[in-house]
Amino acid sequence: MSATIVVGLDGSEAGNRALAYAKRLATLIGEECTLELVCVVEWSPYTFQTAEENATRKSHRKTELESANTRVVQPAIESLKADGIKANGRVLHGKVAQLLNNIAVETNAEQVIVARSSEQGLSARVFGSVTANLVMSSNVPVTVVS
Amino acid sequence: MKKLSLIFTYLIAFAAIIMSPSLFAAEGLDQAINSFFSASTGWFVGLIFAPIPGTSFPWIVLWLVIGASVFSLYFGFIQFRGVGHSISLVKGDYSNPNDAGEVSHFQALTTALSGTVGLGNIAGVAVAVGIGGAGATFWMILAGLLGMASKFTECTLGVKYRNEYADGRVSGGPMYYISKGFAEKGLPGGKLLAGLFAVFCILGAFGGGNMFQANQAHAQLSGVIGDYPGWITGVVFAVIVFAVIVGGIKSIANVTEKVVPFMGILYVGAALVILLMNFDKIGWAFGQIIEGAFTGLGIAGGFVGALIQGFKRAAFSNEAGVGSAAIAHSAVQTNEPVTEGLVSLLEPFIDTVVICTMTALVIIITGQLMTDPATGMYILDGSKIATVDGNSGVALTSAAFGASISWFPYILVIAVILFAFSTMLSWSYYGLKAWTYLFGESEKSELTFKIIFCLFIIVGAAASLGPVIDFSDAAIFAMAVVNITGLYFLMPVVKKELASYMSRLESGEIKKFKD
Repeated sequence: MSATIVVGLDGSEAGNRALAYAKRLATLIGEECTLELVCVVEWSPYTFQTAEENATRKSHRKTELESANTRVVQPAIESLKADGIKANGRVLHGKVAQLLNNIAVETNAEQVIVARSSEQGLSARVFGSVTANLVMSSNVPVTVVS
Repeated sequence: MKKLSLIFTYLIAFAAIIMSPSLFAAEGLDQAINSFFSASTGWFVGLIFAPIPGTSFPWIVLWLVIGASVFSLYFGFIQFRGVGHSISLVKGDYSNPNDAGEVSHFQALTTALSGTVGLGNIAGVAVAVGIGGAGATFWMILAGLLGMASKFTECTLGVKYRNEYADGRVSGGPMYYISKGFAEKGLPGGKLLAGLFAVFCILGAFGGGNMFQANQAHAQLSGVIGDYPGWITGVVFAVIVFAVIVGGIKSIANVTEKVVPFMGILYVGAALVILLMNFDKIGWAFGQIIEGAFTGLGIAGGFVGALIQGFKRAAFSNEAGVGSAAIAHSAVQTNEPVTEGLVSLLEPFIDTVVICTMTALVIIITGQLMTDPATGMYILDGSKIATVDGNSGVALTSAAFGASISWFPYILVIAVILFAFSTMLSWSYYGLKAWTYLFGESEKSELTFKIIFCLFIIVGAAASLGPVIDFSDAAIFAMAVVNITGLYFLMPVVKKELASYMSRLESGEIKKFKD
């Protein structure tokens, strides 16, 4: 029986702790386990932009995807593979909580592992942090690594 | 380093011009700029607004009305049958999740709206009803509804014939669809027409997209804080715009883009509150609008005068048929050009049918336009309608809002400044695209345009309303002459695209991604 675990990464120290915990779980489960690494670039289709931003959006998106892939996702995959752990990675634009949950459902994952959100201030108080939103809306169990 | 030194050189030249002692010493600088300005642009204005021989009807207004009517009929009143699908597209129901991170329909629409929702909605409407009476509102709404079809046509073409460069940048607009579309159909003169459009677009960027905005922002500022020379407002605006478009201080632009939509909502909200406060007069106001539309209620030129004002101000405000919006809409992520055409048709509706109508209703309901109680006809002051405090333009709108909400003129100052600023930024981009189409995309060429753009802000704030509005109109309408000519030749392309899209939508080939 195979087991998939979705891991949210953002290149931060906290994200690395989530990855370390996922790695430990994968080792305990054994070679049946696949880690699905997801790095989300926070983005909304309903923001207001200038005409110039729109005209260069396609190239910025490409840069964002490449940068997240080379800085965050690929190094993580390589380190996991070096330890004999199966892993896939992807970079997406959108709402973090919503996308992590979608991928968990799509890959039939056992659980989602994320780090405790580092957001503070008014927006986190009003709209809730990414982690809190994920815990509230997720269809699969969520582990929050502190 | 080269760029820095270039900016520095231009900055010094710019400062030298605006800080010139002779300018400061000159008494009546405003008058000097004004008389020079009206003398040098008068011939252009005269040509664009020449009446049809034997009538007082400007040929350009007829040109716009016929254009919008032809597109409405040719596309089977797409502005009414396509609205439901337009809203679905803006909501993102048909957006592929794999395209997340690209420019959405919502973003393309709001960016284009921030270029059109500006002083045309606040000051332009006041000019329309101040000359054309309540009846001008009827023709303005009709022009807005018909203009939705013009916008649909031009924005579909804007996406279809846009240039997508290897580095991911996108450039589109009438310059591109006229030259590429004509070449594709084997029609001659495409490059010439596209070049002509670019020239007029640059003039439009200096006129309606710049000077008119600066002029009315100054009018509102001096109306609230007391009279002072226009060039001061001009210099302040010019320096801030310079900081954004030349200095690259994006944070100012970003803040503006985020605040402007809320200002728009606040403006419409305040208008609604005033309408609710005067609920009993709404029926009377609509009566005045309908009666005025067909009789003129005693204005100069009768109902034709109301019609001319309504159509002119609507076109100036929503820019349908002008071609500017096609530049903004062309950056959207879609493989179906028709989808952006459908989204863009919401623009004249929001801009004209909703926001302009709100302004007009507030001016009418608060009784700013003076009527003779015995006859019910307007009292004229020259060619204009006499107003309670003798106001015109943005001051008239301000007085109308102030009559019900005493502190609203202060909010209006902020709204006017932000609207003016965001419209200037949008038009600096449209003008730049036209400029680079003509002169190439070099750094030096772009900087030259940006410097001239900033200098025109000072001219606009210093000149009196008459010559500025006339030139603004003439420049914007000149764009429409070329653009609509191009649209007539290319509309079969849009029809083919629309038929193909609609049949695939009906057959279920084009699917919703969201329920």
